[in-house]
Amino acid sequence: MPTTPLIAYAHVGKSFDDGRVVAVDDVSLDVAEGEFLAVVGSSGSGKSTLLRLANRLIEADRGRIAVDGEDVSDVDPILLRRRIGYVFQSGALFPHLTVADNIGSTPRLLGWPAADIAARVDELLDLVRLDRAQYRNRMPHELSGGQRQRVGVARALAAKPRIVLMDEPFGSLDPLTRDALGEDYRSLHRKLGLTTIMITHDMTEAILLADRVAVMRAGRMLAQGTPSELSASTDAYVGELLHTPRRQAERLGALLPRDGAA
Amino acid sequence: MSLLADPRWGEALAHLPDYLGNHVRVSVAALALGLIVSLPLAIAARRRPVLRGALLGLASVVQTVPGLALLALFYPLLLALAALTAGWLGFSFSAFGFLPAVLALALYSMLPVLRNTITGLSGVDPEILEAAPGVGMTERQSLLMVELPLALPVMMAGIRTAAVWVIGTATLSTPIGQTSLGNYIFAGLQTQNWVFVLFGCVAAAVLALAVDQLLALIENGLRNRSRARTGLGGLGIAALIAATLVPAIARLHAGYVVGAKTFTEQYVLSALIAEQLRAAGLPATTRAGLGSNVIFDALTAGDIDVYVDYSGTLWANQFHHGDIRPRAELLAALKATLAAQNITLLGELGFENAYALVMPRKRAAALGIHSISDLVARATAMSIAGDYEFFSRPEWAGIQKAYGLSFRAQRQMQPDFMYAAVASGEVDVIAGYTSDGLIAKYDLVTLEDDRRAIPPYDAIVLLSPKRRDDETLKSALQPLLGRIDIAEMREANLRASGNDASSSPDAVARWLREKIRAR
Repeated sequence: MPTTPLIAYAHVGKSFDDGRVVAVDDVSLDVAEGEFLAVVGSSGSGKSTLLRLANRLIEADRGRIAVDGEDVSDVDPILLRRRIGYVFQSGALFPHLTVADNIGSTPRLLGWPAADIAARVDELLDLVRLDRAQYRNRMPHELSGGQRQRVGVARALAAKPRIVLMDEPFGSLDPLTRDALGEDYRSLHRKLGLTTIMITHDMTEAILLADRVAVMRAGRMLAQGTPSELSASTDAYVGELLHTPRRQAERLGALLPRDGAA
Repeated sequence: MSLLADPRWGEALAHLPDYLGNHVRVSVAALALGLIVSLPLAIAARRRPVLRGALLGLASVVQTVPGLALLALFYPLLLALAALTAGWLGFSFSAFGFLPAVLALALYSMLPVLRNTITGLSGVDPEILEAAPGVGMTERQSLLMVELPLALPVMMAGIRTAAVWVIGTATLSTPIGQTSLGNYIFAGLQTQNWVFVLFGCVAAAVLALAVDQLLALIENGLRNRSRARTGLGGLGIAALIAATLVPAIARLHAGYVVGAKTFTEQYVLSALIAEQLRAAGLPATTRAGLGSNVIFDALTAGDIDVYVDYSGTLWANQFHHGDIRPRAELLAALKATLAAQNITLLGELGFENAYALVMPRKRAAALGIHSISDLVARATAMSIAGDYEFFSRPEWAGIQKAYGLSFRAQRQMQPDFMYAAVASGEVDVIAGYTSDGLIAKYDLVTLEDDRRAIPPYDAIVLLSPKRRDDETLKSALQPLLGRIDIAEMREANLRASGNDASSSPDAVARWLREKIRAR
């Protein structure tokens, strides 16, 4: 692991409603360049807030967040967001814009020439495996859920960010689409050398896709590490979260023997 | 006679470019102003619930004020403002016609625009609202590139509603001096010219429908992201505005403006004066249907050049004198008062349009009643009817006081029905107008005011301050002075109250002018 993490949370806190609701409580977390980190927790655990603090969609109350060694509170939040890709839950595509215009959003804000944007859009449609000619001029409502999220990923990657933040990106998709999209993103992450933080409530998805998994509950960071490091955790909640994938793996192993031996 | 062959259709059609052009202009200006004010307010209120509530509440309150009252209120308001700017800043503006109409109508247009803009903006999916800054938009970019485009169809529906409201309500701007399609309706109602009333209503309805459909096309285009439909609708609106502006520009020439209040006699007299001026080679137009509180101020401000008022009305209502003076003395005093305001009292037309107590001739003779004094003893068993304002006017208080008069019952009536009511015996006495043609028609008689309780109401010609030294105008009007007697005016009014082609104010004015010239 390099000495300087690309994203570093240090004792970060955030509360809402004049301190009555503590969403993030003294969290420290480092994400190395090129790493794929999944943050797992139930709804209300503060994981989404944690993600939004990184690109200042939400401002932290306490602590320090650094991106590429720079304190984010010293950076213009607009420029910060333009260099960090963000994938929303169900795509959150702009319904009045075509697929191409949605993908080109951030490059257009950055003032890229139109020809460069058009070329980049085609390149991204290839990357997320959507046919250029067929999808470029479609409207979001003409797409399936999986296609919409592919466009969402393409939009996040359009301005060539080094960092991608994903907020339960595959949560609302059917299992097959979800698996395919997860795998496709995983390979993009590797191919493009991205650094990714993905929020999910699904431990199985986290273990299958991420290099490292962090577990949050009630605003606190309970544990973080590789799946095998996590399984060594003594925390009861972490154990409970790991129990489901473990049991599923055992049952599936028993029910679906690979070598045909019964 | 066939309804369609009525020549008044042609007359109505001749006014259409003027009335429609003015109507469209005042509506467009009001709607534009309403949008310029409402849109930023709605945008500012989109994330401020308190401001939102206050704005919608205020706009709703404005909406409950009747359109006519709202329009009428702006006139004195602007007049006071014009006086202030004239005193402090050295410039004045016309508080008459266009400006108050635009302001009042703009205020009227605000509710649907505010409501729909706020609804449209707050209807944007919260996830989309977060995606906008998420891809790196500033708040302004989010508003312009995401929120407004998404809210646009709903906003457009509000603009559509506002447009229809404004076009409809603009017909009420006639009494404050703004020419509109309402001129047909007001003039038609006064002179019982149902062709005009119908024409005005249909024209206003067709205009509102056309604009509504064109805006619906734009709304539909925005909703379905069809540039063709949006463009077509926009083109239609632009064409409509252009078509109504062209004749207005061509018609822009200086001329004398003759004012008229809202009753038949005034329509006839203004038509007569305009006709007289044109015969003398002077360009003249009429501005009819002005409220009696508006018309004097309009003359003072020079928005109209000439109109006919009545000595007693000015004396009591405009200058608030409580005393009643003999005819000549009152005229002299009035002339001096008006001269102090640079208004010229050119002279009397020769007849009076006063309030008078009126009875059927036969019944009065049978009862031996010739004067109001004769009436006193029998009044306690009789009923009296008057127009909507009569019983609250100083004249009525004066009559009651001078004669000790007291009736069994008093009723308020539409003036046109009053005469028929007394003729049929439904009421015993009415407070009528001495120059009304129906007095002759129903064989009625006016009772003599033997104690001189009713002030004199000589019809007098007034000229605006800017025409004070206009000798051409004065000499053109001179032949009318002292030439119209009460019998002629009654007949003219009777003719004008008819419901056929020869009863339009212009036709009656031509008849009256022939009568005058024949002598």
